[in-house]
Amino acid sequence: MRRKPRLPDNRGYFGIFGGEYVPETLMPALKELTTAYKKIGRSAPFRKKLRYFLKEYAGRPTPLYFAGKLTEKLGGAKIYLKREDLLHTGAHKINNTIGQALLAVAMGKKRLVAETGAGQHGVATATVAALFDLKCDVYMGTEDIERQNLNVFRMKLMGARVIPVQSGSCTLKDATNEAIRDWVTNVRDTYYVLGSVVGPHPYPMMVREFQTVIGKEVRRDIIRREGKLPGYLVACVGGGSNSIGLFHPFFRDRKVAFIGVEAAGFGIKTGRHAAALMKGRVGVLHGSKSFLLEDDDGQVKLAHSISAGLDYPGVGPEHSYYKQTGRAEYVSVNDREALEGVKLLSRTEGIIPALETAHAVYYLKKLVKRTGKKDIIVLCLSGRGDKDIDIIKKHM
Amino acid sequence: MNRIDETFKKLRADNKKAFIPYVAAGDPDIKTTKKIVSVLAAAGADIVELGIPFSDPLADGPTIQKAIQRSLSAGCSVRKVLDMVKELRGKVGIPLVFMTYYNIIFNYGAGRFIKDAKACGADGVIVPDLPMEESGGLADIADKEDFYVIMLAAPTTPPARFRKIADRSRGFIYYVSLTGVTGARKALSAKLNSEVKELKKMTAKPVCVGFGISNPAQASGIASASDGVIVGSAIIKVIEKNLDDRSRMIAKVEAFAGSIARAIHGV
Repeated sequence: MRRKPRLPDNRGYFGIFGGEYVPETLMPALKELTTAYKKIGRSAPFRKKLRYFLKEYAGRPTPLYFAGKLTEKLGGAKIYLKREDLLHTGAHKINNTIGQALLAVAMGKKRLVAETGAGQHGVATATVAALFDLKCDVYMGTEDIERQNLNVFRMKLMGARVIPVQSGSCTLKDATNEAIRDWVTNVRDTYYVLGSVVGPHPYPMMVREFQTVIGKEVRRDIIRREGKLPGYLVACVGGGSNSIGLFHPFFRDRKVAFIGVEAAGFGIKTGRHAAALMKGRVGVLHGSKSFLLEDDDGQVKLAHSISAGLDYPGVGPEHSYYKQTGRAEYVSVNDREALEGVKLLSRTEGIIPALETAHAVYYLKKLVKRTGKKDIIVLCLSGRGDKDIDIIKKHM
Repeated sequence: MNRIDETFKKLRADNKKAFIPYVAAGDPDIKTTKKIVSVLAAAGADIVELGIPFSDPLADGPTIQKAIQRSLSAGCSVRKVLDMVKELRGKVGIPLVFMTYYNIIFNYGAGRFIKDAKACGADGVIVPDLPMEESGGLADIADKEDFYVIMLAAPTTPPARFRKIADRSRGFIYYVSLTGVTGARKALSAKLNSEVKELKKMTAKPVCVGFGISNPAQASGIASASDGVIVGSAIIKVIEKNLDDRSRMIAKVEAFAGSIARAIHGV
């Protein structure tokens, strides 16, 4: 028997965070999804099918690579990279979309709708839609369409429709609003593929369970290689799915420190950033209660980050719980530092990381200062940087 | 007795249905909203629904999204809307209910919000992203203050769940006419009236219908099966078309609201 996760509770709460703050129209659909996920999504035949596609199609397991040159350069703990960037479509997002698409098929849904920021989730959704013969509409902010146009083309090439969103900040937050509005309208035949551990219950739980394959592989491989658990797990946090996927399987291992790296944009002090956990207050956005960047009157603030995937004013409720209970530490890295992170990993290891991931890479420079040579750090290399080449070129 | 109950009692005695217009408070500015609410009351509104703007209104279509954006750009805040209602109370006797998203209330503090809303003369609140499961805290506080939390039901709501929502709702039940967001529609579901009739068998409370209703003919059609009709985006379109001239805007809103009121009250 699989061990049942302790969090969230039956109502979708992680402590005071989470819940289901959505229009009534969606409530029956969320209940249907929760039931289907628990009954079908956790069943042995479903998990077998999921494992098949993750292995044969997406390329799991991914390597846990010892980054010897980076370790040497930074001169502290041994650094391992969990190579999610080597997955099909170039990021961890595919772990979740294969799972959700299989569930959508099992539920008899014919159409997928998704939001996307950097386009990685959009591409991963378009990919599974092509694979499983589903219609696919992806909402994307016009600013993101411009800065991630390679991914826009990839989605279209695979037969998805990319719907531009021109409200608010024209980024991920607004794309999510539109995707939810679409779902409210077409709820009877449409499956909403949420891309991160955000949104109403059961999404934060379900997306986490599809992403924990990252942490489970890390645990198995690091014990084989080093005979012990790592001291530090590091990952970037926008909505927070690659980080939760890495962290969660180590939740009970209190000696394993979790470090989530948020985007500081132009700098925390400028107020123009995306560091919801470091600088936000508790609020309700996109269906759940969590830390949120908002003004005194409760209006959601615009987030700022060079990386479209982290450019979001909210964060998953489980991260808020980790923050509140002290289970994880959250830090931030600004745009300029993230670009340095890209250069650092490209030059030392010949790996060009996504701008999102580069935030976590840069933080290693600070983290190694408080570690010794016997310590082990595992960084989730959540995505590859091809999509960001134009932005990187502009800034170098 | 809460003003909303009084209103429906009187409407039932007269065998009439309620006309409930919605406007976004502060669109295009607080001063104009105050005038608009007065003319809506004069034109025959039985209850006015006042939207308190929220940056991310995920149950609203483009028309109301734009109205909320105009209101926020003009500097609207919760405090300003509360003060406006306080001033309106001297002139307008009909029930005034707020419509806002939960983050606005949560951020203000649920207890404080209800106390302040009640003190300024508002009668209830509709929160489209607060389903039954999450409404307990707010509804319990509101019950103690005789302030009404009006719950929404949707075409996707199963009967057993509808009964629970009806039980939890105060004043009336807001039935969402369609699966979708707010916004005027050319045609509504052919099954709408029979759906409403079925719902009315399950509750003694008034059932009012909103979302998509854009003209007097639709309004009178729905009024025949329900206890009231909510019209939002269609009125906001009148505001939107007359942004360059406030006095024309107010005259046009009064004329349009009057035509809807006559259609509903004539049923």
